[in-house]
Amino acid sequence: MRFIADPNPSRYKTAWVSLSAILLAAVLTGFVFAAYGSNPLEVYRTMITGTIFDSRGLADVARRTIPLLLIGVGLTLAFRAQFFNIGAEGQILLGAVFAAIVPLFFPLGVFSIPIMLIMGALGGGLWALLAAWLRQRFSVNEILSTLMLNYGALYLVIYLINGPWKGKNVRGFIYTDEFPPFAEMPLIGGTLVHYPTLILGIIAALGLQWLLVKSTLGFELRVVGENAGAARYVGISSGKIVTIMALITGGLAGLAGAAEVSAIHHRLLEPSQISLGYGFTAIIVAWLARGNPALVLVTAPFMGITLAGGDLLKIVLNMPFRIVDVFSGVMLLCLIASEIFIKNRIKWGR
Amino acid sequence: MSNFLELRNITKRFPGVVANDAVSLEVKAGEVLALLGENGAGKSTLISILYGLYRPEEGQILLEGKPVQIASPRHALQLGIGLVPQHPLLVSRHTVAENLALGSSGLFPAGRIAPKIEQLAAQYGLTVDPKAKISQLSPGEKQRVEILRSLLGGARVLILDEPTSVLTPQEAESLFAVMRNLREAGKSLIFISHKLEEVLSITDRIVVLRRGKVVGGLATKDATKQKLAELMVGRNVDFSRKRQPVQIGAPILEVSNLSAKNSRGLEALKNVSFTLAQGQVLGVAGVAGNGQSELIEVLAGLHPPSSGQVKFEGTDLEPNPAKRFEAGIAHIPEDRIHMGTVPTMTVAENLSLRQYSQAPLSNNGIRDLIALETNAKEKILEYTIATPSSQTPSRLLSGGNIQKVILARELGANAKLILAVHPTYGLDIGATDQVHSVLLERTKSGAAVLLVSEDLEELLSLSDQIAILYHGQLKGPFPVTEITREQIGLYMTGGAV
Repeated sequence: MRFIADPNPSRYKTAWVSLSAILLAAVLTGFVFAAYGSNPLEVYRTMITGTIFDSRGLADVARRTIPLLLIGVGLTLAFRAQFFNIGAEGQILLGAVFAAIVPLFFPLGVFSIPIMLIMGALGGGLWALLAAWLRQRFSVNEILSTLMLNYGALYLVIYLINGPWKGKNVRGFIYTDEFPPFAEMPLIGGTLVHYPTLILGIIAALGLQWLLVKSTLGFELRVVGENAGAARYVGISSGKIVTIMALITGGLAGLAGAAEVSAIHHRLLEPSQISLGYGFTAIIVAWLARGNPALVLVTAPFMGITLAGGDLLKIVLNMPFRIVDVFSGVMLLCLIASEIFIKNRIKWGR
Repeated sequence: MSNFLELRNITKRFPGVVANDAVSLEVKAGEVLALLGENGAGKSTLISILYGLYRPEEGQILLEGKPVQIASPRHALQLGIGLVPQHPLLVSRHTVAENLALGSSGLFPAGRIAPKIEQLAAQYGLTVDPKAKISQLSPGEKQRVEILRSLLGGARVLILDEPTSVLTPQEAESLFAVMRNLREAGKSLIFISHKLEEVLSITDRIVVLRRGKVVGGLATKDATKQKLAELMVGRNVDFSRKRQPVQIGAPILEVSNLSAKNSRGLEALKNVSFTLAQGQVLGVAGVAGNGQSELIEVLAGLHPPSSGQVKFEGTDLEPNPAKRFEAGIAHIPEDRIHMGTVPTMTVAENLSLRQYSQAPLSNNGIRDLIALETNAKEKILEYTIATPSSQTPSRLLSGGNIQKVILARELGANAKLILAVHPTYGLDIGATDQVHSVLLERTKSGAAVLLVSEDLEELLSLSDQIAILYHGQLKGPFPVTEITREQIGLYMTGGAV
């Protein structure tokens, strides 16, 4: 078997190879399910019927989709600019911290929620900007710096909820006081779906798609990402572009973090309960969207179904908490490995 | 002499093209065979077949009279066929010995291979330190490592794919010395090049390919440049001076006492002064790395000078490439792939790279995709860019057509000063001709051209004045009628004061 380079693969081919990779991941994870003594087909049936064919399940999918949509859209843009932001986890947390400042210290009444979202975007954006600045100024690889900044954010939150921001009325628990009611994002009745954020996510997906395709800023962003030498040659300031891009990608993750604490938790609490791995799962969302922010409208719900389905497996089939991470991990691996089949044609025989 | 290697009626088709059409040729032991042809003539396909990367659809390969099927590069080397690629494929963080030991078995192969390297190096004049890291080597030395790799593998026929394209004239000379030694030792060499002088000086026999077919085979002693060029292109090629006298106008660029440091902080330009007038072509000769890049980057606004003055149409300009382009300075960069274009973007987008943010290509920050397409269609037509469509990524185009994309974009109506760096590097004769006539045409309407090239033929054929850069100092400019090729050569190597 030999590979022959296919320099210009069609969209159709990219789509079917990616779908095959997902299918393969499902088969491989099936073996893991089988090892737990469950029939893989039964497991997948549970996952699907319990999510998209069930109203409560569907609400759960939506709740999981909201942060994935926001973060995934931002990561898609960052990957397009060749800025490999692995630090959305930390940016979510910084967004949550910045948002929490409003209800905890400056209660603003009815204006609280919009201000919290803006603060959240600012926090996440600045956290990503730090990595962008390190890259521009000292050529620090952003994969390392964003990953490390995740830990910085994690310990910042732990410090705050243990120390200065620890709630006065929470006895031994380590979290802040509950936010006042006006800082609580409205939900669709009886669910945890905070629809204002969902609408923002859809706007972000369509808006950034428009930005990339139609605006001169999006064009500059692509030039900087795809060939920094050419950007310098025609006088596009890559510093400016990378700054804007970092503020957008980090800002959207921060927005997601702000919305999570405002709508669901109503307080700043243990970091892993806020971010829930969304920052990493969103990497798969962005990867599947292949540089098209609008496609995140499809890929984010897909991963939302996976996460919500994973929750069901814990409850219904008594599987361990981490089983869904296995599925996501195998899927990302299969997707990355499938690249070779997109970029090449296969020829059989010597 | 017997035929070591023989190809009989090799045919290879790709969708839409016949890359090799019944190609037959033979290589004798102890000879240098030139394989000559324009870009797209089928040389690369033929090499790939010989090196086991492609399988021919028809025809036979005979090795010492016996038919063989070459299955892979490894198999090719086992059969005694080695390839020295145009761009070395080496692990740059590893040493020479480690690179050469790659693929051999046993413990500590790098240690065991070092004596063999030294023996081969002494035998053929391939001086290279086995302990040196690849990243510290010059292009010429890397090439020697590739030659050594083939020889260590037992190659009896060596394919050299455009070996001189990355070398300075001096390095090319030492490569030729190595090639002569190899020929003496009975090895066969297949030499691929565009440069007719080199082909005439080093080879024994020449085979010319055009559009996949062998159009001529002759002994080098019977060949002339004129004849070879005609065979390659299929029509008469004019090697006489292309430059026609033009009206020289007012000074457009005045450079005085310009100095600049390179990216490592070393003085790369020292007190350079010259004046360039409208309609004039100034050729800058010199071995690569003597300050040419810095001079062009300073003039294009990409690099700040450390001292001195640049006046364009009598005024100082901001060091900003976009503003300078608007003022009328066009820049045809040395590196088409890493600087001149965004290879993953479409031809239409690459054509818009300079003016994407201005009307009609965009309004208030919103791109007009219809205007983008119209602009692309016009330029593709005007510059006869061969591309499947305006939506094709530019990386899929040939070198000549990528260069045409750059010319079409840079030489808009406003271009008053054209900075052209190696504008025909790697292009075939047809494309070179077109680039030259476009540049000369522009001087008729008053544009000035600063032409940096290592190709003396090109400089002498196009320039009105020639200056030479050596260690950052500019010698000249001299009127082209008052300087000889030998004098230029002396200045380039620091031999003249």
